[in-house]
Amino acid sequence: MKVIYTDVLIIGGGLAGLRVATGVKERGHDCVVLTLVPPKRSHSSAAQGGMQASLANSVMGEGDNEDVHFSDTIKGSDWGADQVVARMFTHCAPKAIRELAHWGVPWSRVHRGDRTAIINAKKVTITEKDEAHGLITARDFGGTKKWRTCYTSDGTGHSMLYAMDNKAHQDKVEIHERLEAISLIHENGRCYGAIARNLMSGELVAYISKATTIATGGYGRIYSVSTNAIICQGIGQAIALETGVATLGNMEAIQFHPTAIVPVGILTTEGCRGDGGLLLDKDGYRFMPDYEPDKKELASRDVVSRRMTEHMRKGKGVKSIYGDHLWLDITILGREHIEKNLREVKEICENFLGIDPAEEWIPVRPTQHYSMGGIRTDYRGESQTLKGLYSCGEAACWDLHGFNRLGGNSVSETVVAGMLVAEYISDYLESAESHLSIHTANVEKFMKIEQDKIDALLVKENGEDAYVLRRRMEEIMMSDVGIFRNGEDLQKAVDELKELHQRAKNIEVFRSKSHAANPALVNAYRTQKMIKVALTVALGALLRTESRGAHSREDFPERDDANWLKRSITTWPNSEDEMPTMSYEEISISSMEMPPGFRGYGKDLTIHNEVTPIRQSAVDATLKELETQGKSRFEIQNALMPFMDKLPKKYQGRNERFGENV
Amino acid sequence: MSTQEQNNRVLKISILRFDPHDPEDFPHMETFEVPEAVGMTLFIALNYIREHHDNSLKFDFVCRAGICGSCSMLVNGKPTLACRTLTKTLEENITLAPLPLFELIGDLSIYTGKWMRGLNERLETWIHDKSNELNSDKLEERMEPALADEIYELDRCVECGCCVAGCGTIQMRENFVGAVGLNKVARYHLDPRDERTDEEFYEMIGNEDGVFGCMTLLGCEDVCPKDLPLQSKIAYMRRMMLKTSLKN
Repeated sequence: MKVIYTDVLIIGGGLAGLRVATGVKERGHDCVVLTLVPPKRSHSSAAQGGMQASLANSVMGEGDNEDVHFSDTIKGSDWGADQVVARMFTHCAPKAIRELAHWGVPWSRVHRGDRTAIINAKKVTITEKDEAHGLITARDFGGTKKWRTCYTSDGTGHSMLYAMDNKAHQDKVEIHERLEAISLIHENGRCYGAIARNLMSGELVAYISKATTIATGGYGRIYSVSTNAIICQGIGQAIALETGVATLGNMEAIQFHPTAIVPVGILTTEGCRGDGGLLLDKDGYRFMPDYEPDKKELASRDVVSRRMTEHMRKGKGVKSIYGDHLWLDITILGREHIEKNLREVKEICENFLGIDPAEEWIPVRPTQHYSMGGIRTDYRGESQTLKGLYSCGEAACWDLHGFNRLGGNSVSETVVAGMLVAEYISDYLESAESHLSIHTANVEKFMKIEQDKIDALLVKENGEDAYVLRRRMEEIMMSDVGIFRNGEDLQKAVDELKELHQRAKNIEVFRSKSHAANPALVNAYRTQKMIKVALTVALGALLRTESRGAHSREDFPERDDANWLKRSITTWPNSEDEMPTMSYEEISISSMEMPPGFRGYGKDLTIHNEVTPIRQSAVDATLKELETQGKSRFEIQNALMPFMDKLPKKYQGRNERFGENV
Repeated sequence: MSTQEQNNRVLKISILRFDPHDPEDFPHMETFEVPEAVGMTLFIALNYIREHHDNSLKFDFVCRAGICGSCSMLVNGKPTLACRTLTKTLEENITLAPLPLFELIGDLSIYTGKWMRGLNERLETWIHDKSNELNSDKLEERMEPALADEIYELDRCVECGCCVAGCGTIQMRENFVGAVGLNKVARYHLDPRDERTDEEFYEMIGNEDGVFGCMTLLGCEDVCPKDLPLQSKIAYMRRMMLKTSLKN
């Protein structure tokens, strides 16, 4: 048995995983990063438009600060987010971006003087201040009050990931490439690492660690069309679920991005609309102002995706052999702007559609994009039920995004969560409770279970074809667990997925019988895991009889704070269970800084909780009292919902901000 | 995979196959037939082969959007990204082979990660700033907007390895850093946050495995999927390094 010991095992080499790695290294701990692909190829690299941080350098960001970013994030989440986590996040985002600037990200900068921008389809002149020249600039994004999304052209994730990976090289982080964690080693409620499979040689390796971090991204590939990289298959969530101990949170919260190209589902950034691009229907008519007169194309993502779908249902979509779509028009931004700030979009249009987006409209439609749900953790990134298991980034639900994530908050979350979780893990490693005691016989038992599963798949005869099961799962998710959901379809989806889960136990790896590099074998065991993840999503969606953020039930259009202001928690206690087990975690209104309110889109359909007005008056009273006393915004915030003591000391400092305290 | 192209082409895709883990196997060509569909890319075609003809076929796709650089291979002999190659731009008979020079994992799958990591460690592709301790509470250092754009231009490299496969020099000098390496040095040379001196860069690339080894065949520039200005950056670094060597 090959065993590797390390302080921290990090599963996933994207932005979040690498940031945890450099963070624990800095504190003097040893770590190993397991990654399916070279870290620079992780899906973080595909983030285009930008990273939210309230720097307020550009004149269009004037007045921005942590408070405004917090409020946008909570509204965006439809009050599903953990407000303490959102506070910690908005406080640390400026630090994270400055750290990345220090490590080499060539953030686009403010240029003093006049420049032309397109706002609401009109040319306007923006005059940047002399004093801001050379500081990090920002663009507009959906669902935000200020221009807050910092960027490098439309290759933001790429630049961030390259800087992060280079920093990991510099810090001599050990990276084990093409290694896939296929199960977690755990005993008596404590996680001790993972069994991993070498995708080149097929060898199984036991990694024993004091702390284990899952940073494997989302589970978008359970849908047939997704903007996600093909490795975003939810295997991290699945191995956590399969412990029977760790929990998943809000798995039904799935985001659809308004503008992926048709048919292949590749993303064109929200920056297209942030920079002034428009959505048009088959008649070339700009329809969004009819639905959302205030925010128009820049409403929150869930809202725009629903409005587009509604509009297509009215027969206003453009017919194509791949189904209906709408148009994204960025021609009005001009060639110069596109070639400078939207060059990935331009390349994608040229290569995949054969069009020049400076001249022609882009065919788009809403497409699966982001997983708000994930491995449920506390604000320190640790599982609430499996000690020593941590998770961060898109893989986790700590829960920053609630039921809808704002554009620009995902890459921002990866680096902020990574830097915080690295500190909490280090604290844990420096405490006595992190000491390891697991018998090697038990490690061997976990190894043997995995080896037996693989052997069984390879010797099976007359079994099921994994591809057939997987394609069916993808179609079910797409048609019945999509943008608009209803009880009947969801029930059908759950029933059929349940059946697929049974059939998946009988998968046979056809023809390709190698124990070494073997894509058919990989597809077989991943399909089994993906179907379980799909079941948690479909069941969560079926049981949640309300509409909140991206979870939109046609049969329950109201957001129901009276009954549903709670997180869905999923477990799979016994491997023989046919279905996951659901429970719920209350979200306490009485400790909220920002009690539930109206998001400002469409008609207000909220069923309010009786505690909401009570908390709102308490908040209002505190606000009034402290404002009359002339207290600062920091003191007022602290009185409403203290969070600073939860942050590591090194990140408690006040952010310098141009125009505020500089 | 629905409606077919008007002419209903059936593509004949010949792939150079070899599984180094199988002692019985030897490199050989195998041809698969794939019904062409509208908008079909080599990503779609290869997955079709895996799903319908041979599920042991090995290849590397990640983003499938031309962003991550995983899927570089020889398409009709030319290094390029397979995911964004539309089949309609190719003849009916297509030949695919793994990129040369990199360690072969199997069929079209190659170990570019290891090669690139070695390169990055060798060239220390990170910001060197011994003097500058970061306080992330403070306003960030300023940078001229045009300079930030210029650095980003070179930062766009996706480490796909096409330039290495297209390089004549590396065929003769296996330790040559390639256009990918020289572009990275140019990127850090340009970055004011990196305090390395010309002399330090000279120590690293002022030799025949570096900027003086390039035979200026410029296959790199022809095949770079990101259209990086490799020719002008190699020439620029050569001038800078020559100046440095004359100075000393």
